[in-house]
Amino acid sequence: MQKTPWFLQTLKKLATYYSSVNGWALKVLARNLIVFRKTWTTNLAFNIVEPLLYLAALGVGLGAMVEGIEGMSYIQFVAPGVVATSAMWAAAAECSYDSFVRMHFQKIYHAIVATPINLEEVVVGELLYGTFKSLLSGTVILIVIAALGLVLSPWALFIPIVLILNGLVFSQIAMIWTGIVPKIDNFAYFFTLIVTPMFLFSGVFFPLDVLPRVLQQLAWLLPLYHIVILLRSLTIGLITFELLYHVLWLTLFILIIFPLPQMLMRRRLIQ
Amino acid sequence: MALLPRAEGTDRRGNLLTVVVEAQKLQKMYNGFEAVAGIDFHIHRGECFGILGPNGAGKTTVVAMIYCFNPISGGKLTVLGNDVTANTRAIKTRLGVVPQENNLDLELTVRENLLVYASYFGIRRSEAHKRVEELLHFFSLSTKADQEVDRISGGMKRRLTIARGLIHTPEILILDEPTTGLDPQSRRLIWEHLRQLKNKGLTLVLTTHYLEEASQLCDELIIMDQGIILEQGKPLDLIQKQVGAKVVEVEINLEHSHALVHTLEHLISGYQLAGNTIYLYITEDETEAVKMISSCKHVHTYRLRPSNLEDVFLKLTGRGLDYAEDTMVFTDPKKTGHIL
Repeated sequence: MQKTPWFLQTLKKLATYYSSVNGWALKVLARNLIVFRKTWTTNLAFNIVEPLLYLAALGVGLGAMVEGIEGMSYIQFVAPGVVATSAMWAAAAECSYDSFVRMHFQKIYHAIVATPINLEEVVVGELLYGTFKSLLSGTVILIVIAALGLVLSPWALFIPIVLILNGLVFSQIAMIWTGIVPKIDNFAYFFTLIVTPMFLFSGVFFPLDVLPRVLQQLAWLLPLYHIVILLRSLTIGLITFELLYHVLWLTLFILIIFPLPQMLMRRRLIQ
Repeated sequence: MALLPRAEGTDRRGNLLTVVVEAQKLQKMYNGFEAVAGIDFHIHRGECFGILGPNGAGKTTVVAMIYCFNPISGGKLTVLGNDVTANTRAIKTRLGVVPQENNLDLELTVRENLLVYASYFGIRRSEAHKRVEELLHFFSLSTKADQEVDRISGGMKRRLTIARGLIHTPEILILDEPTTGLDPQSRRLIWEHLRQLKNKGLTLVLTTHYLEEASQLCDELIIMDQGIILEQGKPLDLIQKQVGAKVVEVEINLEHSHALVHTLEHLISGYQLAGNTIYLYITEDETEAVKMISSCKHVHTYRLRPSNLEDVFLKLTGRGLDYAEDTMVFTDPKKTGHIL
């Protein structure tokens, strides 16, 4: 009896995960956007007001006590990081708590997979929506800091592209947790062990060279570290070839973990 | 109106029936537990096919395999000519599904729910609007069209979920316990809608643990318990075959029940004991049987009534479905005809 070799089977499976970025997934995104159009006001506080509070407290308040960093005022140093972190929180919250509610309590995934749309496409649609939310919050904060005169270079127009990478990274990381956690309360671990450390140690609030060398090197493993560097460089217009490495790092990260949320969600929901 | 007896393999007009779902040795394992244990059945176009059984019998698993949610573990399952292991999208496009739990978009209005669901099937917007208005009208939801789903009653949510399952004019509508948790009035309204759909020629596949629901709606039934099919056929045939037309329920102390059965032996086809109640399936002269029962001094109470699916189920499994609402069938005076 002839059997398909295991590596061909694996390739075929991988192909289905990557090919789930398609028109069916866009229908799921469209569904979420329709709901968003009705409920966006409730999202405003968390995604947009909170980052502005950070900017005010740290940039203006703490900034008054801090000498300039790397030749910038403290608020100038912090502002691009706040754009990055607001975008990170938006994606992470959307694809954890909000996705979990849709999946587990509202059973929306079950409703959709009874139509021609498959579960893999539902997951991709959710990731795209998380990315949209992330892009939206990041862009709003970007506009605010631009209005405050903290954006110095037209290179900042490329920031939305970085925000899309940011959104994809954190939507995926959050969705992996959604595929695993037994209860909604377990997301507390996700935020405490992953999102918050990333928030604090990715070079948003202080340059990482004050840390011991080992920790500096570990920061390289954090996606947000790369995003903060990109955003800060684009806001001040300090463009080097090196920035492409960070883009490449993020792109590879997105592509490599891409099958995981789909695999875990299938394992969770379908027996 | 009496239903004319139908020849095997033909519909009411005598046309040949097409098989739309075919299961052969269908099996489903969950982590070593066999939820569906190699069952065979056929569903024909245009019929209402019921899957009856207690909770945990495997009903939901069977329909979830039909609508390609749960992959099958063994055997073969063909839906509308497609193997469920091969082309699920082709099957799902032609099926309507009404799940056990309402999973509507709570933030959206009644109309938006239907429009969004239409988009999943790639239905053109103008066409979707037309279809939505038709369905809202059919399910008497037109006045609620712009209400948020969160604010409508349970019965309306259920009707909306059924309407949603019909948005793409499917060939088969699958309903997993469509009236569980509804009040009797809403339940009857849903039965009425389902009957109308059936009369329009839609194939219905229905799971239920309500015996009345099964006998009201289904043309063909399978009775499941613990993953196997205990019996299949038309509801009336099943009743006739298993228990006959009449049942006498007798309350009697256990120690005297055998003597009673013994004296009635020539008048009954069988009996079933449940606690202090004995169910006697009358075949011959019912007046004679009643006379004999009433003259027995150990009998506390008794009543003669037409037999129903509950009796069939009780006989097949040795236990009832154990739902308070189902016992209403017994106490409804119009149906049971007390001779106390």
